[in-house]
Amino acid sequence: MSIVIVGAGQAGLQIAESLRRGAYEGRLVLIGDESFPPYQRPPLSKKYLADQMADERLYFRPLEQLEKQQIEFRPQTRVTALDREAREVVLASGERLPYEGLALTTGTRVRPLPVPGADHPAVCYLRGLDDARRLRERLPAAARVLVVGGGFIGLEVAATARAAGKQVTVVEALDRLMARAVAPVVSDHFASLHRARGVEFRFGVGLASITAQADGSFTASLADGSSIQADLLVAGIGVLPNQELAAAAGLECRSGIVVDEYARTSDPRIVAAGDCTWHINRRFAAAHRLESVQNAVDQGKIAAASLLGQSVPYQDLPWFWSDQYDVKLQMVGLSQDHDAALVRGETASGAFSVFYFKTGALVGVDSINRPAEHMLARKLMQTGAVVPPEAAADPAFDLKTCLPPA
Amino acid sequence: MPKVTFVQFTGDSRTVEVPAGWTLMEAAVQNGVDGITAECGGGCACATCHVLVPPEWAARVPAIGPAENDLLECTAVPRTAQSRLSCQIQVSAALDGLTVNLPERQS
Ligand SMILES: Cc1cc2nc3c(=O)[nH]c(=O)nc-3n(C[C@H](O)[C@H](O)[C@H](O)COP(=O)(O)OP(=O)(O)OC[C@H]3O[C@@H](n4cnc5c(N)ncnc54)[C@H](O)[C@@H]3O)c2cc1C
Ligand code: FES
Repeated sequence: MSIVIVGAGQAGLQIAESLRRGAYEGRLVLIGDESFPPYQRPPLSKKYLADQMADERLYFRPLEQLEKQQIEFRPQTRVTALDREAREVVLASGERLPYEGLALTTGTRVRPLPVPGADHPAVCYLRGLDDARRLRERLPAAARVLVVGGGFIGLEVAATARAAGKQVTVVEALDRLMARAVAPVVSDHFASLHRARGVEFRFGVGLASITAQADGSFTASLADGSSIQADLLVAGIGVLPNQELAAAAGLECRSGIVVDEYARTSDPRIVAAGDCTWHINRRFAAAHRLESVQNAVDQGKIAAASLLGQSVPYQDLPWFWSDQYDVKLQMVGLSQDHDAALVRGETASGAFSVFYFKTGALVGVDSINRPAEHMLARKLMQTGAVVPPEAAADPAFDLKTCLPPA
Repeated sequence: MPKVTFVQFTGDSRTVEVPAGWTLMEAAVQNGVDGITAECGGGCACATCHVLVPPEWAARVPAIGPAENDLLECTAVPRTAQSRLSCQIQVSAALDGLTVNLPERQS
């Protein structure tokens, strides 16, 4: 028996270790095209970028731990094709590895800036450790940092750069921050937070082009005709799922590799998990793609179970966090299609939550500097507790009383 | 390097060496010590790195910060006077020989 995992990130490692925990004793190959042991990405835009963290602390496990579990880890190895007939994966070297079970955990890659001049050496992205090293090397010499994209990664980089004393401008094409993920009240709170620390924003306008200057800096021209001079540009304008391998092998793909609630692709021998999947979670009516540690870990476990011949449906509650300065934003549920957003606590105090409802049912909670309320919100949603909207908005009401009896 | 010992709920124990500046959580996870989940990777955001620090060590570990204090209310196994989040404890030479107990579960 042999199982091959393509992509040695959070989801890939999770599948490998879950298989061993599930008493899988056959051959287990974990293939990754990066040159590092599997590592955590969240610190790359946070502590690691602020230079507070050694590389080894990013790694999930030292290599000996993988060896101990008899996980054959093949770094710097790119899979170039899947031969489903022969049941083999094809490596860039031409080598072929046979499989009985295959897992695709190929993650995403950054969306490149679609403007003239985007190949300027001052343009950085942030997805992998290589990117983070490059950014960390360049940051000290840059006085002016331009961040394109007011999403989580852009804002975390903005916070870190500002904390390092840089002049920071964020350009966001929409009219508010993190617009896809949070309610306007949360966007506004973070905009004020960044402004109070000295970050400048340009909302509702896109980047049009980048022109090199003789001194190594550049001029960024915006769609409204204005321009910004800066020394370093960090683009955080979203990602694209790495689904080409799957698509070329004839597996169904949308905005991600299509999997069912058991993390199975359209080929029963092949599962997929993590950022690269367009998946079903039993909690939600529609399929979607999620980029989060929670999804990589929980869906990874489901995929491992499927490889072991079990059928465990994916129904875990999504959660996510983002650190900006000393402010922690924690989210649970999916609140995109809410019809009511109620604030619990005072936004001015800097610590509050937003409870999202859809037709009277709680669909998500964002907590700002309220970790305990976030954990309680997770419990409430996990247990399917009925939370009346008035109760959520009333800080004097003890929400624990909504929990079903233990 | 300082050494710390993790005692599982079942009684099994493992002693590991901790590089300077690492947290107790990292020492456990990096050495494949079971019983610490650390979902958030040390972000003081998940309460799945709960450990129990015996009273004789309490004064030597760094004090509980406000965020940790809040989060300790949300551990899977209810908080006791010994409860700490292991991601918030940086290991220094002063903690050489520390033994912590792990709760029955983390989630
Ligand atoms: C800067 C940053 C900050 C983040 N912060 C947070 C946060 O605060 N909270 C949170 O929940 N999430 C955060 N995330 C998201 C989280 O890190 C991802 O959701 C998670 O890493 C997804 O894991 P994955 O295994 O699906 O993909 P990845 O970790 O991307 O792993 C995929 C791996 O597959 C490799 N690969 C792809 N194709 C091939 C091939 N053909 N052959 C071999 N290898 C291949 C890739 O190189 C990569 O190493 C952040 C991400 C980034 C980049
Ligand atoms: S690892 Fe999440 S709180 Fe410690």
